[in-house]
Parts: sequence; C-alpha cells; structure tokens
Amino acid sequence: MQALTNKAQAVNREPMTFWERLYLINIIKGMFITFSHMFKKQPTIHYPEQKREFSPVFRGLHVLNRDEEGRERCTACGLCAVACPAEAITMEAAERVAGEEGLYREEKYAAKYEINMLRCIFCGLCEEACPKDAIYLSETFAPANFTRKGFIYGKTDLLIPNPKTEASALAMAKGVEA
Amino acid sequence: MTIIAIDWAFIVEKLIMIAIIVFASLGIALYTTFGERKVAAILQDRPGPSRVGPFGLFQPLADGLKLIMKEEIIPNAANKWLFILGPGLAMTASLMTCAVIPWGSAVDVFGRHVALQIADVNIGILYVFAVVSMGVYGIMIGGWASNNKFSLMSSLRAASQAISYELAMGLALIALLMTTGSLSLKTIVEQQITGRYWNIVYQPLGFLLFFITALAECNRTPFDLPEAENELNFGYHQEYSSMKLGFYLFAEYINMIMSSAIMASMYFGGYDLPFFNEASVAPNIAALIGVGTLLIKIVMFIFLFMWIRWTIPRFRYDQLMNLGWKTMIPLALFNLLLTGAVILAKL
Repeated sequence: MQALTNKAQAVNREPMTFWERLYLINIIKGMFITFSHMFKKQPTIHYPEQKREFSPVFRGLHVLNRDEEGRERCTACGLCAVACPAEAITMEAAERVAGEEGLYREEKYAAKYEINMLRCIFCGLCEEACPKDAIYLSETFAPANFTRKGFIYGKTDLLIPNPKTEASALAMAKGVEA
Repeated sequence: MTIIAIDWAFIVEKLIMIAIIVFASLGIALYTTFGERKVAAILQDRPGPSRVGPFGLFQPLADGLKLIMKEEIIPNAANKWLFILGPGLAMTASLMTCAVIPWGSAVDVFGRHVALQIADVNIGILYVFAVVSMGVYGIMIGGWASNNKFSLMSSLRAASQAISYELAMGLALIALLMTTGSLSLKTIVEQQITGRYWNIVYQPLGFLLFFITALAECNRTPFDLPEAENELNFGYHQEYSSMKLGFYLFAEYINMIMSSAIMASMYFGGYDLPFFNEASVAPNIAALIGVGTLLIKIVMFIFLFMWIRWTIPRFRYDQLMNLGWKTMIPLALFNLLLTGAVILAKL
C-alpha cells in the first residue's frame, strides 16, 4: 500500500525478546522520561496574578467613544446594527436640543444603545461599519454575570469616561485595557 | 499487697508512643496525599496545588475538611453494619502494622530507657503479614456490603490479587529470613547496623520481588486494579462518601508508608545512617538521627511509589495474574534455592 505521507512507520511484529519481556528495562527508561519532566519549564500561567497577553488585534468588549471635548460621537445612524451578523445591537435615536451641544457631537444621538454580549460574536464588523469612529472593540472580555439581563450592556457600561471631567478614570481604563 | 505487679510507667510509655506513632502516621498520610498531587503535577509539567496557604501546604487540611463536610450516604440496599465496618477494618489493619516497626534505637527519657518501637515481637514479620492480609477484608467487606456489582467485582479482584501476590512476597521474604535467621524486625535492623552491608546487597532479586509485590499489596499503579477508576467506577469504594471514603483513601496511603518502612527496615538498614558512627554522639541524639534517617528512607520509597504511579499504566487483569503466578512465584522460588545453595556452600 502506498503511504500518503512519509511519516508512516512499519509496525514491528516480531515476538518480544527476553529482555523486552522482562519489561524492567523499558519501565526504567520510561521512569527516566517522567523524571526528566521534573526539570522542564511549566507552561502554566497563574491566572489572577499573571495574565496571558492578548494579541494586538484582539477583539474584546465594545466601547462607545467620545471626542476630545468629551462629546459622544455616536449619531445613532444604525449602520452598526445593520452590519451586525448576530443582531446583537439595538438603539433608539433622539434629537439634540439646545443646551446639549457639550454632550453630543452632532444633532442626532443615541438615547438608548444596547449590545447583547451573549449574542455578540465579537467579529468587529460594527467597528468597521461606523462612519463616526464611535464604536471600538477593546482588549478586555465580558466578565461573568449571574443573570442573562446582566449581559445586555447599555450606554452606561459602554461609554468611555469623559476625557474632560473624568480624565483620571479614562487614564486608568486605558491602563487596564492596554 | 499486689496480686499482679503492673509497671504503670511502662504502660504510660507505650501509650504515649502509640499515640505519637498513630498521629504521626495520620499526619504523614495527610501530607502524602499532598505529595502525591505535587509529584504528579511536577512530573506532568504542572504546578499542582498552590492556592491554599504558602505553596499550597494547607491543601490536605482543606481536602480533609471537604471530606468530613460531605453527606454520609448509606445506600438502602447496602448491608449497613458491614458497610460501616469495611473502612474501619481497612484503617485499623493498616495502622496496626506500625506496632512492630523499629523507628529508632532507644532514647533515655527521665532516667528510663525507652526503645523507639511499640512492640519488639520476635515474630514481627509474621505479625506484619497477618495484619496486611487482614487489610484485604476491609476492601472485600466494603465492596460486598455496597450491594453494587462494580464494587463486588473490584473487591473480588482485590482479594485474588492480594492472595496471588502475598505468596510471592512471602517466598521473597523467606529467602531474606534464611540469611538473617530472625523474624524480629529489630534484630534484622541491628544485624544490618553491625554487619558489613545492608540486606539489599545479599538479596537484590528478593528486594525487587518484594518491592513489586508491595506495590500490588498497596493497590498502587501498575497494580491498582481494585480501584481502576476508568473500568470499575472507582471500584470497591464507589458507594462510599464522606469520611468513610476518606478512611479507605487514607488506609491506602498509610499502607504505603508502612510498606516503605518495612522495606527500609528489612533491606535498607532501617534507622542506620551509613558511614556515620553512632557512638560518636550522645545516645539520644544518635537515636533522633536514626529516626530522621528512617523517615528520609521512607520518603524516598514513597516518592518511588508515586514516580512509578505516574509513569506506568495499569496492567490488564490477565497480565496481572500471569505476572503473579508465572513470573513472580517461580522467580521467588529460584531466589530461595539460590540463597539456600549459597548458605550451604558457606557452611
């Protein structure tokens, strides 16, 4: 029979010799193999103290971005919701009224913006679809929760801290994420 | 006037010693479980238990607490008394072995000369054999009383394995006894201290046979068929929970310690520290050094047991029986003949 790869090895079907039948030599050989493993480096990462580094292109939990003056960038255009293959994003738009110019960058904003983290497949298509640079995937993942409702993240969970009023919180969040 | 003169101090001395040895062997057994997990982990490139206390040192306490807090379950169809008797018997039998092991020479406490051995019986080894064969009753009764076919199968396996390997073990020992001429463990150890070599030099094949049969007697891998996690659902202790299960597991570890102690005493000089003149230090210190030496030898044997466990897979049942009857017993008989011939030639 022709072998598919060059890795195939013929099985030795000769009867065992006396020394092989004693097993002792092979057992001692095996014991030295396990003994040599005592001095090998352990690949374990001691989780809460040490953390595995994510790849630079890791797609984690979403954040809703603000501009430099702390205004929300999202205009509730709905392109992210359309792009989302898992239909995890819902939003409700509202019109900016006079006096809210410091809060929202454009005339329309998202009054409600929810992502269901149980539906989300973290593909990053929302990030690509967004014309306003409002949604980004960060480098953390959703923490555990006791209820399904807890996984529906609203605006309060998603918005990044205001760089003007909560600069220290933003720096901390960036430090944790980086 | 007294009818029987009782040396009360002697009784107190022995009771204290029994308490120390029983609690010490329980404590060592506790930490042997920890050692087992650590050795297994290190041999498999893992860190092992490391969370409870520094280096995970309190892990056995957490394990013990968990076992005690579990619900005691006695199955409806089980024979209640035998079900409870089983683990107790296994534990008693394994603890009783320690009575004849000489843990050290002797210390002088409050003007008394205290031998570090509970009982220097002149048939010490026979006593050990008798008690060890009692241990299999714990397994058999537990397995039978569980009223579960897997438990019953495994206890049958345990019984047949114990009987097959005890024969070879006894024959290997007889060869040793022919050279020492005594059944008392104390005398055997003293002979090795005063003599030129340890008994391992005179009985290498005997030791190998004894070691392999000891593995089988302790139900350790590669002879752990009675437990056989993946074929028999943990075997004879399948129906057990809480501390009754803990007793079975503990008994296994105590058996391991005791058979290590016996092997160290009979073949490796017991409490004899090689190349060291005991007379050069105070007798009490020499005795303590002896105890430490024996403990180190025991730990080394236990490590060997664990090392084997995490290297070799389990035998198949027919292989086990083949090895026992067709290899071990003929080899033991051959060893017996050889020893007899050498002794005759020397005369």
